[in-house]
Amino acid sequence: MGKMNVDLCGITLDNPVIPASGTFGYGYEFAELYDINVLGTFSFKGTTKDPRFGNPTPRIAECSSGMINAVGLQNPGVEKVISEELPKLKKCFNKKVMANVSGFSVEDYAYTCEKLDACEQVGWLEVNVSCPNVHGGGMSFGTDPSAAAEVTRAVKKVTTKPVIVKLSPNVTDIVSIAKACEDAGADGISLINTMLGMRIDLRTRKPVIANKMGGFSGKAIFPVAVRMVYQVANAVSVPVIGMGGVSCAEDVVEMMLAGATAVEVGAANLVDPFVCKNIVEELPKVMEKYKIENLKDIIGGVN
Amino acid sequence: MKQSLFEIAENIKLTDSIMKMRLVGDTSAITAPGTFVNIKLDGLFLRRPISVNDYDDNSLTIIYKIVGKGTEQLSKMQSGTLDILTGLGNGYDTSLSGNKPLLIGGGVGVPPLYNLAKKLIAEGKDVSVILGFNTKSEVFYEEEFRALGCTVGVTTVDGSYGVKGFVTALMDREYTYTYSCGPEPMLKAIYNASKTSGQYSFEERMGCGFGACMGCSCKTITGYKRICKEGPVLVKEEILWEK
Repeated sequence: MGKMNVDLCGITLDNPVIPASGTFGYGYEFAELYDINVLGTFSFKGTTKDPRFGNPTPRIAECSSGMINAVGLQNPGVEKVISEELPKLKKCFNKKVMANVSGFSVEDYAYTCEKLDACEQVGWLEVNVSCPNVHGGGMSFGTDPSAAAEVTRAVKKVTTKPVIVKLSPNVTDIVSIAKACEDAGADGISLINTMLGMRIDLRTRKPVIANKMGGFSGKAIFPVAVRMVYQVANAVSVPVIGMGGVSCAEDVVEMMLAGATAVEVGAANLVDPFVCKNIVEELPKVMEKYKIENLKDIIGGVN
Repeated sequence: MKQSLFEIAENIKLTDSIMKMRLVGDTSAITAPGTFVNIKLDGLFLRRPISVNDYDDNSLTIIYKIVGKGTEQLSKMQSGTLDILTGLGNGYDTSLSGNKPLLIGGGVGVPPLYNLAKKLIAEGKDVSVILGFNTKSEVFYEEEFRALGCTVGVTTVDGSYGVKGFVTALMDREYTYTYSCGPEPMLKAIYNASKTSGQYSFEERMGCGFGACMGCSCKTITGYKRICKEGPVLVKEEILWEK
């Protein structure tokens, strides 16, 4: 296992494979399928200050080599996550978990992160800045470098745990946003969140999903994700977590060559519930094939 | 839940748009009638969830309507293997049926009631079934339910077969409990017309089918539920009609 370990903001992962937030619940459901301790860690379902039902259904649409979702951050709220979900997780996961946090104001983010900072099970805070800022005209925090930096600063004030800011790809210049977050104290950057997409039903001439638009994910977005990870990793000095369309061990290696220290796997979990376990098992074979001695040596190794 | 490969043993037409496929493989994860399977198809990203019509120790049958790309592709497969997740959803609970359960299915909602009827008959219950369709050419499985020993009534919206009207036209009878599956307006009509408690099987567009993505959530009197995990079967007392 030593050959696959990586250091993510001061915490050693046995391997770089991390199921992405929103595709793995709070973990314990997948623990019924396999021992989730084989994972590096996982990022739990996006958690907000208050409970949320999310968007009306249908929330899901099929796309070529991918899917669109507009779940709308359904979650039981941070209090219940701490009192109910984390204790359930503790029974089946003995590693540090990544806590994914969303908010609709800077105060929301700080409140939720402060609560989660007190949880011993939480290793990292992954702050999703793709949500609309209700005090900023509804524009996503993640599309404005100063708003993303403001969230980062507010969160850093309330926690001693590593703060990883998760960026939206729906921007003109992702590098400037990544740098703004780094300057504001982010300990890591993860990217990419889903790409804004839409499908229309030819029979009804209505959008397929009730929210009209949603986040496009799956294999199809992998090249975009590799490009953005490459750009950001070359511009910041903190660790980068690469994600977007990753679905096999080769994709993990490619993301790491682009500059990722660890790699999240999202939509693939929804199609193949065993995909992350399979990737962890396949990685040594792929490393051997491409003559990789230690996985950490290839981070940013693209020539 | 289990992920395994199934061999296609048969794939036949029941009506112009309804197909029946028999699949041979490991059915050990299926523990109740009314559960569903989630099928991976080449070239499509998301799996296709389809209810189980019947199952035994080493095979299962699904009955599906050709509506989109996935079911169209499935309808053309005469042999080969399919990657399937089995044992999804809660399914029907037969212990609440009483002695005279009434089973009501509409269109492609009819199939999951078949294995349920089989189980109820095996438990010695007096099972009545109402099957609702739009028109005569769409009617299927009337004889199959009769062969199990059920009392069967059929309604068609246009009156071309059986009793003219909706399934509720035949609900004026004695029964101890209802089990239903079909389009939501039909479920709501049954809910309003029924004099007893019952179990209602719902449909929703799904992402994963096993509780991970929250794509198919609904509100109920007892809180938020995932149609794929805490459903697809909801009991009458917890249903909230929103749409």
